Amino acid sequence: MAPRRIAMQPTFRDLIAANKRNSLLLVLGFCLFVPLVAILLSLGLLAYLSPSSLRHVNVVQALAVGGVAAGIALLLSLFAYFGGESMVLTLSHARPIAHKDDPELFNVVEEMAIAAGIPVPSIYVIDDTAPNAFATGRDPKHAAVTITTGLRTKLTRDELQGVIAHELSHIRNYDIRLMLLLTVLIGTVVMLADFFWQVLNFSTPGSGRRSRDSDKDGGGPLALVLLILAVILAIVAPLLAQLIQLAVRRQREYLADASGVELTRNPLGLASALRKIDADPDVLKVANRGTAHLYIANPIKKFEARAHTAFASHPPIKERIRRLEALAHETHVDR
Amino acid sequence: MTSPVLLLLVFLGVGFVVLIALVAIYNGLVNKRVETENSWSQIDVQLKRRYDLIPNLVETVKGYASHERETLERVIQARNQAMNAKGVAEQAAAENALTGTLKTLFAVAEAYPDLKANQNFLGLQEELKSTENRIGFARQHYNDTVGQYNSALQRFPSNVIGGMFGFRPSEFFKLDVAEAAEVRKAPQVKF
Repeated sequence: MAPRRIAMQPTFRDLIAANKRNSLLLVLGFCLFVPLVAILLSLGLLAYLSPSSLRHVNVVQALAVGGVAAGIALLLSLFAYFGGESMVLTLSHARPIAHKDDPELFNVVEEMAIAAGIPVPSIYVIDDTAPNAFATGRDPKHAAVTITTGLRTKLTRDELQGVIAHELSHIRNYDIRLMLLLTVLIGTVVMLADFFWQVLNFSTPGSGRRSRDSDKDGGGPLALVLLILAVILAIVAPLLAQLIQLAVRRQREYLADASGVELTRNPLGLASALRKIDADPDVLKVANRGTAHLYIANPIKKFEARAHTAFASHPPIKERIRRLEALAHETHVDR
Repeated sequence: MTSPVLLLLVFLGVGFVVLIALVAIYNGLVNKRVETENSWSQIDVQLKRRYDLIPNLVETVKGYASHERETLERVIQARNQAMNAKGVAEQAAAENALTGTLKTLFAVAEAYPDLKANQNFLGLQEELKSTENRIGFARQHYNDTVGQYNSALQRFPSNVIGGMFGFRPSEFFKLDVAEAAEVRKAPQVKF
């Protein structure tokens, strides 16, 4: 009794698998990118300060220096971001609520937690008429989901369940942890580039040269090429890192949509909710550039216009709705 | 470094990596199997939740609609029958009957505006509706975990490890044709 399926239409399981593959590739790429940047920038500095010693540098030394630089920058970035998360809830003026304050909301969240097989997250509310929601928490045991009062009143139970399923999917797919990791990696790259500029600024070319070296012994064209490469990299790398992070972010949004359908088995619930959120004219007051990326739909309305570019933190809402509705047709064919 | 020593080290290194992989696969299977057991008991937790809510509901309704004794008694009987049912088929049929009596009860309550406005009653109505949903989602989650476990047991290389250590596939929660017909029958609403 195998269900008839149109070959070209993906199921939510296909979407989930494809997404996880893509994010893995992006993250691996990023992890290779960081040490590469560190090595190139270090070589660039060496070319600037002491071009003649470039001849004496071998591969192992280059890797070691790059590794140490990357390691230090990474540690510093990690320290900077550890406390960051609890701040998000405070910054957004979210207040916790108890079961008796809103049994229906609690029931919707608990139903989705059962479907997902994760512990029930804490629930917070933001007093704002603009409908939106986000999830926080490095793992399912320490998670929280926050919604606005606007979302609560404007959506039906099915639509609300779709949104909650999307948020719980972020939690169970460890998206928050992934985004934190990428932010730390970006911080590392930015720090390396910054360090590069600082050294360039406060030292003179060739100052690392030992007095015994003769003046004629420059590093030659190699040193110049390395220096130029390093300068370009110092400008481009932070930007590139941002673009990679945004690409991963957009992938995880699509993944959360598909994972949400795995929970509710009702793609139209979320599709309908996204329509309402998109059409709603209210603007979320507590959102700013720093927290905008966390929400289910970009709360800064004018950014939706650039949703089709590489700089978007969210995929275009119309495309998300289209994919969800395509899943709905796929389900109907099975009957 | 002499080449026989090097060869030995490489061999040991590879062997070590393979061992780690085998342990990881075995533990993965164990985790998946435990997850199926866990999610199965979750279904029972939700069923029990429904049984626990019903006496409270009956008491609330009695306060406003004491004439509807017959309806209330049917609910209590259906609940007791469901609690004592054995086996998946019997339990499914009893649960279905219980849902039917509850639907009748809520239909009857429509005639009593005081009851309908009662906060306690409304709260219980929401809780019972949510419990129906939870039972459904718990079964869905159980089937999802069984799907993941059984797939792992069929995929290479975990199928080899599974066979070696006696892992058996789990059964999906489903009803056979006769039971399905029984459960899919629309519950009778009697007046």
